[in-house]
Amino acid sequence: MSTQLAILPVVVPLLGAPLCILLRIPRLVGLFAIVVATLSFIASCLLLLAVQNAGGLLIYEMGGWPAPWGIEYRIDYLNAYLILLVSAMGAIILVPAQTSIRRELQENRHTYFYTAYLLCLTGLLGILSTGDAFNVFVFLEISSLSSYTLIALGSDRRALTAAYQYLIMGTIGATFIIIGVGLMYMMTGTLNMFDLFQRLPEVHNSRTVLSAVGFFIVGVCLKLALFPLHLWLPNAYAYAPSVATAFLAATSTKVAVYVLIRCMFSIFGIEFVDTVLPLQQIFIVLALAGIFAASISAIYQLNIKRLFAYSSVAQIGYMILGLAIGTELGITATMLHLFNHALMKAALFLAIGSVVYRIGSAQLNHYAGLGKKMPLTMAALVVGGLSLIGVPLTVGFVSKWYLVVALIDKGWWLVVVLVLISSLLAVIYVWRIIEWVYFVPPRIIVDEVREAPLSQLIPVWLLVGANIYFGLDTTLTVGVSEAAAAALFGMLP
Amino acid sequence: MWMAEIPVFVPFFVAAAVALVTRGPLRSVLMLAIIAVSGLHLWLVPAGIEVRVSFMEYELIPYRVDGLSLAFGYVFHIAAFISVLFALHLRDTMQHVWGLIYAGSALGVIFAGDLLTVFVFWEMLALSSAFLIWARRTDRAFRAGMRYLIIQVVSGVILLAGTLMYAHSVGDLEFGFIGTGSPAGWLILLAFGIKAAFPVLHAWIPDAYPEATATGTVFLSAFTTKTAIYMLARGYPGTEWFVYLGAVMACFPIFYAVIENDLRKVLSYSLINQLGFMVCGIGIGTALSLNGTVAHAFVHVIYKGLLFMAMGTVLHTTGTIRATDLGGLYKTMPFTALFCMIGSASISAFPLFSGFVAKSMIMSAALYEGHHWVWLALLLASAGVLDHSGIKIPYFTFFAHDSGIRVSTVPRNMMAAMALAAALCLFFGIYPAWLYDLLPFDAVYNPYDLTHVLAQTQLLCFAALAFVYLNLTGIYPPELVSTNLGAEWLYRKLGRRLIGAVMSWVRGRDSGLRAAVMKRVNGLMLYLAQLHYPGGRMAITRPTGYMVIWVAILLAAYLWLLLSFPNEMAGSDHH
Repeated sequence: MSTQLAILPVVVPLLGAPLCILLRIPRLVGLFAIVVATLSFIASCLLLLAVQNAGGLLIYEMGGWPAPWGIEYRIDYLNAYLILLVSAMGAIILVPAQTSIRRELQENRHTYFYTAYLLCLTGLLGILSTGDAFNVFVFLEISSLSSYTLIALGSDRRALTAAYQYLIMGTIGATFIIIGVGLMYMMTGTLNMFDLFQRLPEVHNSRTVLSAVGFFIVGVCLKLALFPLHLWLPNAYAYAPSVATAFLAATSTKVAVYVLIRCMFSIFGIEFVDTVLPLQQIFIVLALAGIFAASISAIYQLNIKRLFAYSSVAQIGYMILGLAIGTELGITATMLHLFNHALMKAALFLAIGSVVYRIGSAQLNHYAGLGKKMPLTMAALVVGGLSLIGVPLTVGFVSKWYLVVALIDKGWWLVVVLVLISSLLAVIYVWRIIEWVYFVPPRIIVDEVREAPLSQLIPVWLLVGANIYFGLDTTLTVGVSEAAAAALFGMLP
Repeated sequence: MWMAEIPVFVPFFVAAAVALVTRGPLRSVLMLAIIAVSGLHLWLVPAGIEVRVSFMEYELIPYRVDGLSLAFGYVFHIAAFISVLFALHLRDTMQHVWGLIYAGSALGVIFAGDLLTVFVFWEMLALSSAFLIWARRTDRAFRAGMRYLIIQVVSGVILLAGTLMYAHSVGDLEFGFIGTGSPAGWLILLAFGIKAAFPVLHAWIPDAYPEATATGTVFLSAFTTKTAIYMLARGYPGTEWFVYLGAVMACFPIFYAVIENDLRKVLSYSLINQLGFMVCGIGIGTALSLNGTVAHAFVHVIYKGLLFMAMGTVLHTTGTIRATDLGGLYKTMPFTALFCMIGSASISAFPLFSGFVAKSMIMSAALYEGHHWVWLALLLASAGVLDHSGIKIPYFTFFAHDSGIRVSTVPRNMMAAMALAAALCLFFGIYPAWLYDLLPFDAVYNPYDLTHVLAQTQLLCFAALAFVYLNLTGIYPPELVSTNLGAEWLYRKLGRRLIGAVMSWVRGRDSGLRAAVMKRVNGLMLYLAQLHYPGGRMAITRPTGYMVIWVAILLAAYLWLLLSFPNEMAGSDHH
């Protein structure tokens, strides 16, 4: 039974998506999607426990075909942890989605939204679960195509251009990844990641494999929006339906970071990557440039969704910085921030979604006076913002602490200073929101605004609660992150 | 039911929550009652209590009680009680709530046993106090509050950086003696130094404190800087150069205070001067001097609060606080005038007033340890204190020329708060033994012996004489509206050509440098704004082709790096 668990989180939404189309009645579809996502979430909880019981590795062979001929799902701490995160976000965001999309989407599109949403969830969970390089590409395409749809559903007309740009960039990224996979297949004749890891050393000095490294890394960096390949992201996040933004911000870039970690550690092997490429230096420069450029851009944004979109680009910088450190501590920090950032951004974008639900706008100057009208939603926004800054008692503090400790341990003092300064930039852009919400006198139209409905408030505060809970009790997050990082380094020859 | 482990900041946060939801007399009674109960609670708490929790890989001590923290805890309760009482007439919920959170955060810092807890309360202290400045609700106050908050937050970030380094090198976060032996120690010291208004880092006090509300300044004067003094006393006792730093701190604000027209600004400068004595005491580092620092902080909180309350009352009733606009108020505000003079006598360290019993401890300690020059500097500073705080404040407010302002009534709660503070000033001055019992270290000291009393009285007489002379000859400046002109004129007339020249040169250079830096900063901000505003080069929506070019550039770069350096290492990696 426990081996079947490996595939359950992926299969459930995969089957649920077409059923959505068949159901047709929008309200039923919404409820059905929640049930599907929740089942997937329960399965992934069990999966993490099963991985723990199995001593850290669970292998499922698709259709009984043994690897390397068949496709296998290899679940270790790293992906079990992220599967849990993604399915949890997938389930919880669907609750406010019920009311939120009624306001933002035309009725005849609701079914498509849920279908695309479940497909996207399938794709993301698939990428995380599979142990096959080509399978990664397939699931990547599933998740990407459905996320283009999700973005294009946005009511703003600019959503279409944003989705189109994301489509072009995403396709280029996916193509690069498949080129990378193809080149590796050419040299080794295998697509199984573990098999690749063992066979690649024989052909390490071939130009084909070296090119594969380049294509793969650029493709993945495009998907995870590492500066300067982030340009598609701000518009995509800004104009997508609010809940879609929350879902994508909380999950999709995280999964791309996972793919990067996997390819560096479990396919090519970190030693090989380090010998052929000054990846450490490249990543530090790009990460820091991303952190600063995007944080400063965030300060000047007038649209709050765009503001947090830029902040996401900056946060990805922190994750890549952890990766650049290249030590076990660094990877732990990256893993922690993956998890914690998902919690913050989901909470923030859902709170913003509630405001859009009530006032129909995500412009910062329309937030004036909302502190009195929507006190609970705004309080959630503030706590989420504090977490983003990295204030103690929130998750943001924990991940930043680990990142800085890893940097100090490595002796990169300058980077430590820069990271701390960059936190001040986050203080500024979060403060701008607080200023609008609490200090600027309200405009007239705000008078009739009420607090968000409970169906939106509860998930938001659940996430805010998680932001605080995991900021205090770090046993799960730090424990699993450390185990995952240790497992990655355990693979070194 | 009573539990010694309940941290003392908890009642304050409860009181803040209560203040948020209640109104009117009920709120007044509850706020005062909770603080009183909290004070009683603290009185019963024995030293040596620790609450430990584990967080991440560290053992944190969010609550730790010992002699040093208890002494500060007591006076913070007194200060909180007096400040709340003084602000009781206000209907402004925001001020009540943030004032209580502010006091609670200060207590949180005092009783924190590890650096991380310190950091948390440190930032809360910064944020909550900023609201007391913003509560004045003027544009000027908002901007001053913003500048204040930025400096305080920067201090917090530096503290965090220091804490991180400390945790990395020591492997532990417990907050005890830190010392300046490591870079971490220096960073943490810098963070404390900003809050303790070390010279050059002091500018935020005279900038922000006079902008707060009449009642807010009373809160502000009590907690932030004394919290920093406590941190220094715990983390850096006996740091040699503090002695000289303290002497400088005690002396330089006098020059600014004498020529300042805004009387609350005068008090802000005199606050720095008083901090100088305390820093000096920490630097000497003997049991006597540390006791002196604690005692000085203790009585200082009360008499400084009293002076700020007196000025707050004047501001509240007349609407102005400029020395040139005031005068002759004693006719309509006799009690405020009396309380103000008690505060002035205390800060000037007249025998039988509370300042005397504390200040002489630090000065005696300086003499015992052989710091004669420092002792002289402190003596000079004492004379300066008398001139600007002791005489200037009450004289120009309540006496001098009659400004013609007639005041109807002073709110009763304000009077009560001032009366209480004045009574405490006298009480500790006359019965110093009560104060000395609260001090954390073992050192026997008697302030009322012949030499002390005589020396202090002589000093005071001559300083007073100087004031009378300067004032009679019309040299004393506050009657001038323009302060800058006044400064130059004052020093020339006094024949202190050199000092005057140096001072104006420093001030000129200082303002020139500031202007230049501000110009650069503004230029940079403008540049960044142009770059990053929606539509700016960094944040514009780019055509797809532009994005693709970046992809191509990166791919080319990666491939070049990968392929153009033939890799022997990679080849030799065969299994």
